[in-house]
Amino acid sequence: MPRLSVAVLAAGFVFASAAARADELAEAAQLLRSGQHQEAMERVNQVLAAKPADPQARFLKGLIYTEQGDTREAIEMFRKLTEDYPELPEPYNNLAVIYASQGQYEKARAALERSIRTHPSYATAYENLGDVYAKLASQAYDKALKLDSSNAGAQNKLALVRELVGNSPRSEAPVTVAAAEAKPATAKPAPAKTAPANPVLATPAPASPAATAATPATPASPAVATAAPATPAAPAMAAPTAADAEQDAVLASVKAWAEAWSRKDADAYLDFYAKDFRTPKGEARNEWEKARRQRIQAPKSISVTIESARVKRTGDASASVTFRQDYKSDLLSSRGLKTLMMVKAEDGRWLIQQEKVGN
Amino acid sequence: MKRAAALLCAAAAALLLPCGALAAGSPEPQLSGVVAAIEANQLNLALQRVEALIAAHPNFRLAHLIRGDLLLARSRPLATFGNVMKTVPQEKVDDLRAEALVRLRALRDRPESDRLPRSILQLNAGQKHALLVDSRRSRLYVFENVDGHPHFVADYYVTLGKRGVDKTREGDQKTPIGVYHVTANLPRQKLSDFYGAGAYPINYPNEWDRRQGRNGYGIWVHGTPPDTYSRPPRASDGCIVLANPDLLSVGRFMQVGMTPVIIAEEVEWADAAAVQAERASLTQALEQWRRDWESRDTERYLGNYSQDFSSGSQNLAAWAAHKRAVNAGKAWIRVGLTQVSMLRYPNQANVVVVTFAQDYRSSNLANTVRKIQYWQKEDGRWRILYEGSV
Repeated sequence: MPRLSVAVLAAGFVFASAAARADELAEAAQLLRSGQHQEAMERVNQVLAAKPADPQARFLKGLIYTEQGDTREAIEMFRKLTEDYPELPEPYNNLAVIYASQGQYEKARAALERSIRTHPSYATAYENLGDVYAKLASQAYDKALKLDSSNAGAQNKLALVRELVGNSPRSEAPVTVAAAEAKPATAKPAPAKTAPANPVLATPAPASPAATAATPATPASPAVATAAPATPAAPAMAAPTAADAEQDAVLASVKAWAEAWSRKDADAYLDFYAKDFRTPKGEARNEWEKARRQRIQAPKSISVTIESARVKRTGDASASVTFRQDYKSDLLSSRGLKTLMMVKAEDGRWLIQQEKVGN
Repeated sequence: MKRAAALLCAAAAALLLPCGALAAGSPEPQLSGVVAAIEANQLNLALQRVEALIAAHPNFRLAHLIRGDLLLARSRPLATFGNVMKTVPQEKVDDLRAEALVRLRALRDRPESDRLPRSILQLNAGQKHALLVDSRRSRLYVFENVDGHPHFVADYYVTLGKRGVDKTREGDQKTPIGVYHVTANLPRQKLSDFYGAGAYPINYPNEWDRRQGRNGYGIWVHGTPPDTYSRPPRASDGCIVLANPDLLSVGRFMQVGMTPVIIAEEVEWADAAAVQAERASLTQALEQWRRDWESRDTERYLGNYSQDFSSGSQNLAAWAAHKRAVNAGKAWIRVGLTQVSMLRYPNQANVVVVTFAQDYRSSNLANTVRKIQYWQKEDGRWRILYEGSV
């Protein structure tokens, strides 16, 4: 797995900081890697209070936001860094990763291309760019084959309007996939640790020699770099550490949900949604159900598989599950991260309260 | 990267010979620019060009496919042209590949200026243009009438029937082969979006089709729905479908009741001298028929008709009996032929459709009618297979 070494990161910085501050930042990075976001944030803020412009600290703060799922703040942090330190490739790279997670692949592409322009030998950005190109290619193919019916509809309307008013300029339709719901409100999902096939997030890893940056291992499907060098992205399901029976129950429910979907059993599938399920676009429940039934019945066959599922308890009767969903039907196939916010019903079953796409 | 270029080129073959007139606004010159850049292994330039092409024609799916390939080539080696990774209906990709091939082939093989279509022997003065469809090339050629002779004006990509050509039955999703003309102009306001910028019905089944027992109806030349710039080469239910800008261009040439639409499996091109010789020989035969009629020598006149002749319910014997009876009562006959057109019937051995205005005067009757005859060359002599009024 490619990983950015701090040496590379530091090379671009014009900072001869005191050892104390360096220590504090190293500590903050360590806290971040162990998932203690709040503590990491406090430590970084202390450094920033003394030195508000410190690029290293701001970069780390951007990472914390990213891991917390606070995409807007993270984007803002990295974007400002690119303005103040245009010679640094990493902030561009991380901006790109966030854009890509929102489905904004053109933006991601632009950021990565700038990252490479600043550092032509920056392997991480190259790999990420390869991934983004593949995504863009996939979108282009969708347009070629008119696979995404919702896009097709939008395109239709635009074309019609254009003909009515003549040569009015048309703004590029955004190619968002999951951007609308990109900001998880409550939980702190830690999607970065498990999900392969997302672009690599550059993270500072303390004390690695610069040489490691030049020797990226290249997995077939690139993976998100974990913040913790000691824990490579092991499939979480393979190592059920906690003796949490509820956790198993949650996973079993998710599995059964995927199986019902694969069987095209719409009744069983819909039965996994809690009474207070929040529909993706806020539409009425029956509207949503109707649409789901159609989508489930349209293909001849459906196969939904789930990989690298991670359960996180968010309360006594609530949990979030993040996993890679591999959806295949005779009409369409798609892979991506999904997070289900689950609640425990009175009868003990775990049901879906909210569904989020992407991380 | 090299591999990608080779793959796309394999689809395109060697390209970019200087070409004759291409329809204004056609995406094909831009498409060929994309392929040229790929051939030169300038993939960045190719991507820039294909993105410009998409900006000009946002719904041109083939351009999106090539863009997909060019982007993917930056990420991994391409395995094929249209390297779609998803499990999509394969025929959709195949359709776009087929469109790429015929469009690029059309650019490479321009009609040569000294070759003429063998079908268009003569146009009458009222027919300003003639349309000729080559089904194998998915191409519609427009010719202008210059002193009765066809001059190539422009050509366009067309979509034809899902199941190919040579329509025989209603619902067979084939495009007819034959000599037709435009019968109406249906403006877009009267049509659903599916027909795009407009529609021009043609007169399938014509008298020849009916004689062969062919049926079906509703063969139109029409535009494209708004969600796509063009449709695959074989996709219609038998209609001839053009991109909307192309339909509007072709529409300017359409004269209802006049403009010939000749649909061939493959257009035969011949040199001007050969076309001229054929026209002269048929003109002579037509003149002989006219004179024989004026001579009131009915047997001589009937010698111009084939044993296979028919007209409506009359076969040759009935026709002969009728003509003998009519001509017997005439003291004199004068026949004038004007507005003559001669169009060779595709897929038929030596059959030419001749139309003209016939000014008939005789000792006891005079009239002017528009006539259509099907002439066939039998054992070196032209004879009439069918005759009727239009």
